[in-house]
Amino acid sequence: MDERIIGQVRRVNGPVIEATGVTDAMMLELVRVGEVRLVGETIKLSGDSAIIQVYEDTTGIAPGDNIYGSGSPLSVELGPGLIGTIYDGIQRPLEEIRNLSGSFIERGISLPSLNREKKWRFQPAALKSGQEVSPGMVLGTVQETQGVEHRILAPPEAAGTLKSLAGPGDYTVTEPIGAVAAAAGEIPLFLMHRWPIRTPRPIRERLRVSHPLITGQRVIDTLFPVALGGTVAIPGGFGTGKTMTQHAIAKWCDASIIVYIGCGERGNEMTDVLTEFPKLIDPRTGRSLMERTVLIANTSNMPVSAREASIYTGATLAEYFRDQGYHVAVMADSTSRWAEALRELSGRMEEMPAEEGFPAYLPTRIAEFYERAGHVSVLSGQEGSVTIIGAVSPPGGDFSEPVTQHTKRFVRCFWALDRQLANARHYPAISWLDSYSEYLGEVTAWWEREVGPAWTRDRAEIMELLQREVRLQQVVKLVGPDALPDSQRFVLEVCNLFKNAFLQQSAFDDIDRFSSAQKQMKMLSLILTFWRRGAEAIRKGVTLVRLKRLKILQEVIKMKFNLANEDLASFDRLAARLERSLGQLESVYDEEQ
Amino acid sequence: MTKSNKAPPAGFTREEARRRLLAGREYVGVDRIDGPLVFVKNTHPVGYRELVEIVDPRGATRLGIVLDTAADVVVVQVFEGTSGLTMPGTHVRFRGEPQRIGVSERMLGRVFNGLGQPIDGGPAPAGDLEVDVNGRPINPTSREYPRDFIQTGISVIDGMNTLIRGQKLPIFSGNGLPHNELAAQIARQAKIRGTETQFAVVFAAMGVKHDVARFFSSSFEETGVLDNVALFLSLADDPSIERLITPRTALTLAEHLAYNLDMHVLVIMTDMSNYCEALREISTIRGEIPSRKGYPGYLYSDLAELYERSGMLQGYKGSITQMPILTMPNDDISHPIPDLTGYITEGQIVFEREMHGRGLYPPVAGLPSLSRLMKDGIGEGMTREDHPHLASQLFAAYSYVKDVRNLASVIGEEELTPLDHQYLEFGEAFERKFVSQTQSEDRTIEQTLDRGWEVLTMLPAEELHRVTETEIEKFYGK
Repeated sequence: MDERIIGQVRRVNGPVIEATGVTDAMMLELVRVGEVRLVGETIKLSGDSAIIQVYEDTTGIAPGDNIYGSGSPLSVELGPGLIGTIYDGIQRPLEEIRNLSGSFIERGISLPSLNREKKWRFQPAALKSGQEVSPGMVLGTVQETQGVEHRILAPPEAAGTLKSLAGPGDYTVTEPIGAVAAAAGEIPLFLMHRWPIRTPRPIRERLRVSHPLITGQRVIDTLFPVALGGTVAIPGGFGTGKTMTQHAIAKWCDASIIVYIGCGERGNEMTDVLTEFPKLIDPRTGRSLMERTVLIANTSNMPVSAREASIYTGATLAEYFRDQGYHVAVMADSTSRWAEALRELSGRMEEMPAEEGFPAYLPTRIAEFYERAGHVSVLSGQEGSVTIIGAVSPPGGDFSEPVTQHTKRFVRCFWALDRQLANARHYPAISWLDSYSEYLGEVTAWWEREVGPAWTRDRAEIMELLQREVRLQQVVKLVGPDALPDSQRFVLEVCNLFKNAFLQQSAFDDIDRFSSAQKQMKMLSLILTFWRRGAEAIRKGVTLVRLKRLKILQEVIKMKFNLANEDLASFDRLAARLERSLGQLESVYDEEQ
Repeated sequence: MTKSNKAPPAGFTREEARRRLLAGREYVGVDRIDGPLVFVKNTHPVGYRELVEIVDPRGATRLGIVLDTAADVVVVQVFEGTSGLTMPGTHVRFRGEPQRIGVSERMLGRVFNGLGQPIDGGPAPAGDLEVDVNGRPINPTSREYPRDFIQTGISVIDGMNTLIRGQKLPIFSGNGLPHNELAAQIARQAKIRGTETQFAVVFAAMGVKHDVARFFSSSFEETGVLDNVALFLSLADDPSIERLITPRTALTLAEHLAYNLDMHVLVIMTDMSNYCEALREISTIRGEIPSRKGYPGYLYSDLAELYERSGMLQGYKGSITQMPILTMPNDDISHPIPDLTGYITEGQIVFEREMHGRGLYPPVAGLPSLSRLMKDGIGEGMTREDHPHLASQLFAAYSYVKDVRNLASVIGEEELTPLDHQYLEFGEAFERKFVSQTQSEDRTIEQTLDRGWEVLTMLPAEELHRVTETEIEKFYGK
């Protein structure tokens, strides 16, 4: 590595170091501090002094220690070998670190992010020497896992004519596979290239969002859908199931690649992902879920400044797969910890705080992060998308705090987790009253075309019922349910059925954990059949007690567990039997009269 | 592949060589004393978080660490407080290395202060190993996901908030509630079924009263386990600053016992609220920008450094299970201390004053309590096949009881529907028969689950949506 001494430590205050004697440091340059070579980044330059944020524990660093500059910004390595790997916040492979330093993470470890020894089978694209090459162009492919074809992209500086391109064969990520003659001279090509994490990767143009990201979670897909390329916030106090929801989406959503960022959260949660994902099978590809997942782990006891970087590392990896023409979903759990890392660093730099000690640039940073999502036409002309799903952990579960409020300004979909629901173990605890999705209008066409023309109407009807239930519940709280007429108590009954049979979803049940769009539609229409026909029956004089005693209702409640995604015909049969029972009930009543 | 910290550059830089020469030099006189902080000017380059020895005018040595180091001034935090120090008469020595303690198995059965020095009159046990008290973060890839069910013999925990070996499960309590009794009962009764394993308890007291410390030690003594317990006491009348190091010292010993000596260690830390207050005190004196209620912005990271030092590691037989106790100021669960704790720990046992008032022990609030690791440690082959659904059903039904009680308080019990009356009776039975037990009652998991079914039988079977029909056939009304 080309190292040069760029200055000396003057003061150490936690992860923030003041340097002096600085002459040729670059802003946002990757640096190493002291003889243990702790990784850091210059974040402020003024006169001959600089402020350096260190990504590792600074114990033992003293004034006078040398600071070494690397000459390049903090970057990630992009190339085959990313899938299935777990990295720390600055893309160091944690498995390799374990081989070096054992169960506990030592400091100052310097390791390449991508395996340098492994050979990948490269299949070049049909390109001829002398052909124009532009950044982002697909040079060839590597079958990285059974499910993921890794498309090798021309690096950012490779604009010119192709001089040579290797034939099919096995290469490591550092063996040249060709060269480009560019204005600045000859640029060698490799299976990997680098990209600075704080710079969004370029695209051709942004496209309209139109396709929903099917998560398999009914309350999300049916009530509050998110589009491919969209942004979502999941706020919720502790114990309301943010992580469980994120895990469920990471497991079952129909994105091609998942980037899971564990930012300042529990170590065991990352272990859970690491042990569970390889065992689960993706219903679409039939392959292990780990074969489409990249993990970034900065657990809560790992250094706080690397937490700040982990979000950008994750976004850059996601953009890289997007540029290959994939739909990528990013789970960031939790963005509040990232915001708190910003606050801690800002405080140590003695910056003037805004709300609750957070720096004034917090909203800008949040906006920058969520704007890295989008449905785009990439440089090679293909379509790809990055969907960002960020968890927010508001202190005391109070959504009026700065991080939740600012996040709300920059996301278009909001899944509010509700403490009351979580306490009743109603999972996912997504509140149907406080949540919203601005993508509804954009994904409606897809649902009506692909799933069923009645989708918009059915969804609107159940949402209206849920709203009516709230008003009726207020009455019930004052005077008790007996004061309501049967027709109104039936609304409560139906909503109750909808919550039990539809909204609640078990992440641990083999059938229930994932519902296809078709199954969701069938279930919804079944419940609405009960509502429409039942309301009709009550108008005709059937009592609510009789309706409630219908044996078939137990089957409706348990259909989520008993009827599989592929078994759509069974839903039709169940619907027919429901109609028949209701018909019988009405006719018995007619006779009695 | 290089590990750069093993490859120092050829020869020392001039600065390096100078520092090595100067480490250990003694400085006479300090420049400012403010609360527990001492400011020393014009020192040699001192490392961040270096251990410091401060000799007071009477010749006694106190320990401290470097909180902030700059070319002109070094800030030292003194664990034993600064009372009696004088500006010209204080001697300061920088040790050139972070704080370490010697750990060994011989520390079991002994009593120490927060810094790991014996206060039971015995000699300091010889350490097998000198370890940095700050620990190192565990690599998430080396963790073993905890799954072993610990039977505590307490129904509301075993049945509904199951404790798993390697979990960190705090008790959120309030002043005057029986959290100490419950923690002691758990320490007494906890067992992994069907195994005999070596276990140890590490007890860290921060700012608690002498009576509380005595309660725990006599409770350990009565059950004859005192030889397996190490106590680290930093009591209410000790300098508050010592509380910051107490849990770190205790956890360092726990790690040694678990990962080097294959023991299963239960760490009880009480009271985390006092720890957080000491942290706030330091932060305020240093003039840091506060976040909520004056607590420093890094309270979350600081607590995480403690709580994350638990769990199981691949390839190691031992484990660390943490049970921190904290008293919620004004019983407010949204206060920063319980709030941030809840975001780090794997669930929480929440106490409710109202239940305590009604004479129920343990007064564990059914709904806000939670064990996150429960899902993977219960069910067939671990506890019993009906356990997951039964727990879920009890939660759902009890949650509805709360609604009915609210309704009854508005419209009167007479106006309730017959079904709601049944729910009220269920609620009462659930609290009296299932939750409530005595301090010496040790129920097996089967007894706990059977009691669960017993109270559920008070509800009509068609109300039980969360259990399967097979389970109803097998257990309902039996």
